[in-house]
Amino acid sequence: MTRPPVVTGIGVVAPNGLGSVDYWSATCAGISGIRAVERFDAQGYASVLAGEVREKDFKAEERLPGRLLAQTDHMTRLALVAANWALEDAKVEGSTRDALDRGVITASSAGGFEFGQRELQNLWRMGNEYVSAYQSFAWFYAVNTGQISIRHGLKGPSGVVVTDQAGGLDAIAQARRQLRRGSKLILCGGVDGSICPWGWIAQMAGGRVSHSDDPAAAYLPFDDRAAGHVSAEGGAILVLEDAQAAEDRGAPKVYGEIAGYAATFDPQPGTGREPALKRAIVGALADAGVAHDEVDVVFADAAAVPSMDQIEADAIAAVFGVRAVLVTAPKSMTGRMYAGAAALDVAAALLAIRDGLIPPTINVRPARRYPVEVVTALRGPMLVQVAVVIARGQGGFNSVLVVRGPRGNAGRKRETREARYVRQDI
Amino acid sequence: MSDKIFELTDLMRILRAGAGAEQDVDHGGEILDATFDDLGYDSIALLETAGRINREYGVTMDDDALAGCTTLRRIIDRVNAG
Repeated sequence: MTRPPVVTGIGVVAPNGLGSVDYWSATCAGISGIRAVERFDAQGYASVLAGEVREKDFKAEERLPGRLLAQTDHMTRLALVAANWALEDAKVEGSTRDALDRGVITASSAGGFEFGQRELQNLWRMGNEYVSAYQSFAWFYAVNTGQISIRHGLKGPSGVVVTDQAGGLDAIAQARRQLRRGSKLILCGGVDGSICPWGWIAQMAGGRVSHSDDPAAAYLPFDDRAAGHVSAEGGAILVLEDAQAAEDRGAPKVYGEIAGYAATFDPQPGTGREPALKRAIVGALADAGVAHDEVDVVFADAAAVPSMDQIEADAIAAVFGVRAVLVTAPKSMTGRMYAGAAALDVAAALLAIRDGLIPPTINVRPARRYPVEVVTALRGPMLVQVAVVIARGQGGFNSVLVVRGPRGNAGRKRETREARYVRQDI
Repeated sequence: MSDKIFELTDLMRILRAGAGAEQDVDHGGEILDATFDDLGYDSIALLETAGRINREYGVTMDDDALAGCTTLRRIIDRVNAG
């Protein structure tokens, strides 16, 4: 039987933490990265809050060579740094011999919009000779995959998926397909964001962005006060490896395995047919060979649009039972980062499994009409072995991924975990 | 063509502004004869540089002219030839 692929490295860039260590400690502590927009003057727009990865924290110049800075949008810089961190975490050494066995598959929703807007403004104000030659790819949705591939010499099967927020999971699933076809390692996930006037207008046109100016009340999934989400940037890149290949190269750690996946598409609005999310959850569990009562936690899509929260809560309750499984949305601390969000949720699920901690959904007072148990304060330490991650993309995309802890060390892990928390208590 | 003489410092300024700082490599002495490859610049960096030279010095380099510009010295000579 083919073993599921394993995650051996994680790179995170999030509004509430750079690097998986900082992100995870902030997330467990309930620290939010949602603030007033600083990237551009957002006063005068209906939405004024964002989950930004601020340049003053990120400091691109210290992390990337000048030649890459000249040709990249902010979100591509974030992706390049996340990819680098993931490879370092997995202790993957570059070698020409392996280049064709290693690929890159990322998700994207738009591309480098801030870069693109600047160059379009140059075109409009001054003429075509003032448009950067790098516009040819810097604003293109496939740019992150291309830049990561070039920088690290990963020449194996590569690609990009564009399914809005579902993309973060769809990219990991596409990586899994390529591993089944014989690749050994795929760098996958998503880092996204377009916090600039052009991106802002496009996102607000979708009608799902919160107009609140209170960071503590702007993004409240499963709450009666829910009125849309906060737009954000960031995401995660994972090193996904064939389990045998990871063993053969002596990968230093395994966070867990990608045990199952399914994707469905919603019926056309107005047909009265059932939303397809439940079918995606059932399909992913079946693919993983996991029973519903083996799941320890569900990372929700958490749209914070009442009708969509209802659909998600009903689907979760239909599969797992009413308030029978813990549900959380750490993206309440970051905002929704489109193609980056679900990849970050997968990273959070793997860290939850590692540490036996379930991060909270902050600021939310769960409404009774949603038949789910929303975690509003950190839970654990407890044994977390199986997590389900749900992501939906605008237009009807539903994707569900099942993540399972590394095999064969549950007992040992529990001991280490308890030891760790004893130390922390002191 | 303007009356300005196009010098190495001008080219380096334009290159860095358009394509970022050069790769820190040992180019064997004379930077003028280092290739774009040596300095870590690709063909798009060359294209971007040609665009900026055109804006500033009014010298147009077509694709054939650009293809011949493999070193900094060749670009400088090409620009000064008008």
